Amino acid sequence: MVKIHERKFVSADPEKCTGCQVCEYVCAMEKEGVFNPLKSRIRVVRLNQLINVSVTCRLCENPACVAACPRDALTQSEETGIILVDEDKCNGCGWCIEACDYGAITLHPESKVVFLCDLCQDKGKPQCVEWCPEEALDFVTSDVLAQKARIEAVKKLFQEALKATEST
Amino acid sequence: MNGYAGRILHVDLTTGKTKIEPLNEELAKKYIGGIGLGMRLLIDHSKPGVDPFSPENPLILATGPLSGTMWPTGGNGHAFVSKSPQSFGVGESKSHGSFGTELKRAGYDAVIFTGRAEKPVYVWIDDDTVQLVDAQHLWGKSPAETEDIIKEELGDYYIRVAAIGVAGEKLVRIACIMNEKTRAAGRTGMGAVMGSKNLKAIAVRGTKDVTVAKPDEFKEFVKAFHERMKGPATKKYRTLGTPLNVLVHNSLACMPTRNYNNACFEGAEKVSGEYLNERFVAKIIGCSSCAMRCEHVCVVPEGPYKGTMTRLEYEPLWAMGPYCGIDRLDAILKGMDLCNYYGMDAISAGVIVGFAMDCYENGILTKDDMGEIDARFGNHEALVMLLHKIGKREGIGDILAEGVKLAGEKIGKGAEKLAQHIKGVEVTGYDLRCLKTAALGFAVSFRGADHNRHGAYGFDVKGKVDRFKAEKGRGKLVKEMEDMYTIIDSLIVCKFSRGTYYDGFEDLAKAYSLVTGFNMTAEEMRVAGERINNVARVFNVREGLSRKDDTLPYKVMHLPIPDEGPAKGSYITQAELDLLLDDYYEVRGWNKQGVPTIEKLKELGMDDLIYIVEPKLKAAKGE
Repeated sequence: MVKIHERKFVSADPEKCTGCQVCEYVCAMEKEGVFNPLKSRIRVVRLNQLINVSVTCRLCENPACVAACPRDALTQSEETGIILVDEDKCNGCGWCIEACDYGAITLHPESKVVFLCDLCQDKGKPQCVEWCPEEALDFVTSDVLAQKARIEAVKKLFQEALKATEST
Repeated sequence: MNGYAGRILHVDLTTGKTKIEPLNEELAKKYIGGIGLGMRLLIDHSKPGVDPFSPENPLILATGPLSGTMWPTGGNGHAFVSKSPQSFGVGESKSHGSFGTELKRAGYDAVIFTGRAEKPVYVWIDDDTVQLVDAQHLWGKSPAETEDIIKEELGDYYIRVAAIGVAGEKLVRIACIMNEKTRAAGRTGMGAVMGSKNLKAIAVRGTKDVTVAKPDEFKEFVKAFHERMKGPATKKYRTLGTPLNVLVHNSLACMPTRNYNNACFEGAEKVSGEYLNERFVAKIIGCSSCAMRCEHVCVVPEGPYKGTMTRLEYEPLWAMGPYCGIDRLDAILKGMDLCNYYGMDAISAGVIVGFAMDCYENGILTKDDMGEIDARFGNHEALVMLLHKIGKREGIGDILAEGVKLAGEKIGKGAEKLAQHIKGVEVTGYDLRCLKTAALGFAVSFRGADHNRHGAYGFDVKGKVDRFKAEKGRGKLVKEMEDMYTIIDSLIVCKFSRGTYYDGFEDLAKAYSLVTGFNMTAEEMRVAGERINNVARVFNVREGLSRKDDTLPYKVMHLPIPDEGPAKGSYITQAELDLLLDDYYEVRGWNKQGVPTIEKLKELGMDDLIYIVEPKLKAAKGE
């Protein structure tokens, strides 16, 4: 069994994300062989010109989507943390969609069952991360995200000292 | 079909009727898409001499075969084509963002709008369902406001919208069509044509798949281009952006300043790309499918224009800055924002203000005429006030909204000579007096004064030719660039990415072939580029344009560059222009009047358009 802090998921850095939608194109192409953002497991949100970020499944602990499913169609893989959809049980009712705080789970336009990021298990690595031209997407654990945030915070605290070391 | 959606949508705004016809495959292969397909459809769906604002003048919206795929920058473009209310010849303009991808997924390669709605409407294209929706509540709103309201009322935030602002509603001849807040199909007044149809906006939702013929090879090719886009070919756009040009042009004395009274600007440092990036650029973002990202979003942090947020490129910066003698970037950004707000081509808007200032300084327009605006060169407040007036057609703005050519004629008293335009379309930021290859490109451009129809300035600016000399051979240089540029605008890929096509037509043909499955060679692609230039010319010939219109602005031919420095004394004589034109027409296979010959049209497989040029050719022989 894999513990939560070892689970990797796809995270976008809003500082780097430019809203170019390459991740959407790649996802739909890898998964379904077509270009169509409605079939992408990752979606870009542009609030305005300055605020862009892609959003996909974050492999939550105690995922709300799983808990919300009245038909037990959703389960979380103990090994990887990926949310698995039993397509025979799912009837597209949408309780899970409503439960997800991030809009990471959606209804497939054709099969009418829900679908979401599976980290491109068959390819070994999420393809959106491979393709992102800005390297804005990371395949990371929440621990690593926390480490990064911590380092950034400390860098800001010690800006002056850092400048001094850089100039020497 | 792969790449292509395979359908053309007709929308008659008078009757509200819509019709879908299949895209003819031969037509697609010959004219590719984008402006090529659009201009061919324009010839087929309009009558000679049609008034640009008549309901019978079609407004054509076209995507390219690459739209909706992840081809870098190719995924995202769309083009508007119509008869221009500025040049009275062919008008065309492209925009990028995400609008084009959505239209492709809705299943259309082109949409042809004809007629005129009785009341303001917007067209709501929801895949196969097309409706005219009342837009009276949107009349008077900016394109950005319109976009937000439409998304809200249709209840889907991923809907894409292209809209006009007040300028388009009021038939300001430089009105543009905007999408996604800061992207504009800017030049040649397409927004005014849209306004003349009472068409406020086009909203699109497309849910269909876009497929490519050879997905694996295509992906590989995309990957290679992603790598190229991280390299030197796009560095300029990813770093300082096009405003880098300010200091370069200034040092070469090829930056028209104060309505072409000078060729360099003493305030250049203050409006440089370097300063813009240091002080105002908040983030650089990208269009759908692009791996380079160029859109420099600027925010004004303080002062009278605090809070202004907009994209800014070299051309609008130049037009509202040096061309008006203005050395304040915060005011230029405000000006850009106002152009976005009213929906006006910011290049033409700046040139018009520069023209008005020149008229004012020469006493042709008085303070009274100006509505008490002290329109001296360099007065940033005058720029802001005049843009408001033009956008609303208020006071002097009503005349200025006609563009410099028509405004100059109306004002008279020598104002005509201060109107710097070609074929009625305002000049752009290259001083043609000392860039003589560019001058030819500008003179023959089928959409009027423009750098983006040929990029011929590159030869001059980079020192590949003697830029002060008009000589034989420039015709070939211009022609080859034009043929490439029409393909770029027909596939619709972004001009900023042109440097990544290391093998030129070879690469463009490969991308096209992998997407569509039609095997096209580099040579066939080049011929298509030539064909598209000819179809534009044939349209202009049909509308009565000829050699007399392939000319240069008055000052370019009569006012030598006065500034001390490398270009002092340079200008272009009639004899030089004639030499350049003769050379160009010969390379093009056109007669002395610039009319494509029957042999040329046959060679390009355009036999079905010979009927247009035949009477003109006969008349020329009879003389």
